[in-house]
This record gives sequence, C-alpha cells and structure tokens, in this order.
Amino acid sequence: MKFAIALYSAAHAPSSRRALLFAQAALAGGHEIVRLFFYQDGVYSASNTIVAPQDEQDIARQWREFVSQHQLDGVVCIAAALRRGVLNSEEATRYQRSAINLDAPWALSGLGQLHDAIQAADRLICFGGP
Amino acid sequence: MSKSLLVISRQAPWSGPSAREALDIVLAGGAFDLPIGLLFMDDGVFQLAPHQNAKAVQQKDLSANLQALGLFGIDDVFACRHSLAARGLTRPTDAQPLSNDAIAQLIDRYDQVITL
Repeated sequence: MKFAIALYSAAHAPSSRRALLFAQAALAGGHEIVRLFFYQDGVYSASNTIVAPQDEQDIARQWREFVSQHQLDGVVCIAAALRRGVLNSEEATRYQRSAINLDAPWALSGLGQLHDAIQAADRLICFGGP
Repeated sequence: MSKSLLVISRQAPWSGPSAREALDIVLAGGAFDLPIGLLFMDDGVFQLAPHQNAKAVQQKDLSANLQALGLFGIDDVFACRHSLAARGLTRPTDAQPLSNDAIAQLIDRYDQVITL
C-alpha cells in the first residue's frame, strides 16, 4: 500500500514518535511512503537545533536519519515553518535571520505537495494536531 | 478521477494559527480544482459567528478568507448542528448545518479526511 503521512506535532509530542514508529513499520511491512508532510507544529519535528537530554530520545534526529536512510520525500510546509522560525539557509538569507535549523533531507515546499501526496497515496495517515 | 478530501476544522479563529492553517489546506486544494469539503465542528464553528471583531484581539479577520471559498470553487461547506447549538450560534453564515448522523454519512463519502 502507498501511504502519505502527515504530522502536525513537535518532536517532543508523543504523536511525533508514534508517526515515526508507524512510518518505520510501514516500510518494514513492505509498504511505500509516497511523502511525509510536516504541517502546523509538525515543522518542529524537522528542526535540527533540538537538543534532547542524554537519557531521552532525540526524535527529530531519528526522523532525520530515517528519512535519509530510506531516501524518502520529506516535505516541511514553508508557510507553517516560516511562521514558527524553522528556516533553511535559503529562507534565513531571504528574511535576514541568523539561525538555520532545517537542512537535508528535508525540503521546504507548499501545501500543493500535501494535495499531491494525497492524490498519489492509497491512504493518508495523520498524526498529532491541536 | 481525483480523490476527495474533507477537512474538519475544530479550532476557534482566535485560538492560534490552526483555524487559518486548516482553511489554507482547503483553499490550496480549491486552487488545484480538487474535490474538497469543509466541515466546522466543536470550537471551529466560532469561525462562522457573524459580526466578528478580530481587531479587538489584535488578530487578522479570518471571515474574509471564508468568503473566498466560493471563488476557489469550494461549495461543500458544512457545520455541526450540535456544536452550533452548544455555543448559541443559531444563525451561522455560509455553512450548511448537519446532524450527527449526516456528519457520519458525510465523512463516509470522502476518500480522505484531515482533522485540525
């Protein structure tokens, strides 16, 4: 089955970890992930400036490694990310901000990527939310 | 044929960016001519309240964006009748009130559902 996975919560939320476990299980079960789309506070799950305490899981890092290892299409919504200060080098330059907290394997793009993923997938699975 | 998407918007317009971000999904889908429905539930029905004064809470007025739904080809706009009644909203603007049973049927009709 082809899954599109949307995440709406930050790395410290249980739902971010659940989404990661689901994504890992989907691939392990022979399924395909057409795209990960991080929206709303989900953009924080892609931040590379999170420092997790040594005895706690670093979910943002685990997401990064998972997406890199499996060469997945990991998209972070650009409007949601800008609003929350999650910037790649291009956006940090554009808006003259000193911090860069997003880089590969993540790509910043628009909501069209969510709709495109929904059309391509058999199932959209959503995690977290307000 | 395109897959249909129902967006269920459950947050009040002044409770953070969630209501706006739910609406942005709907408008983006409309821009791509996709079959999109929008259902307001729980505190989301406050987005339909008439005579809102967003400036009083230093917010941008979301109701203007709701007016744009028709321009984006989004005609399937619904509201939970129970949520409306519980919040004293008897005359919402621009949304068709639905009973709980009708909402269950509505969700069943769509291929995908996003709840925010």
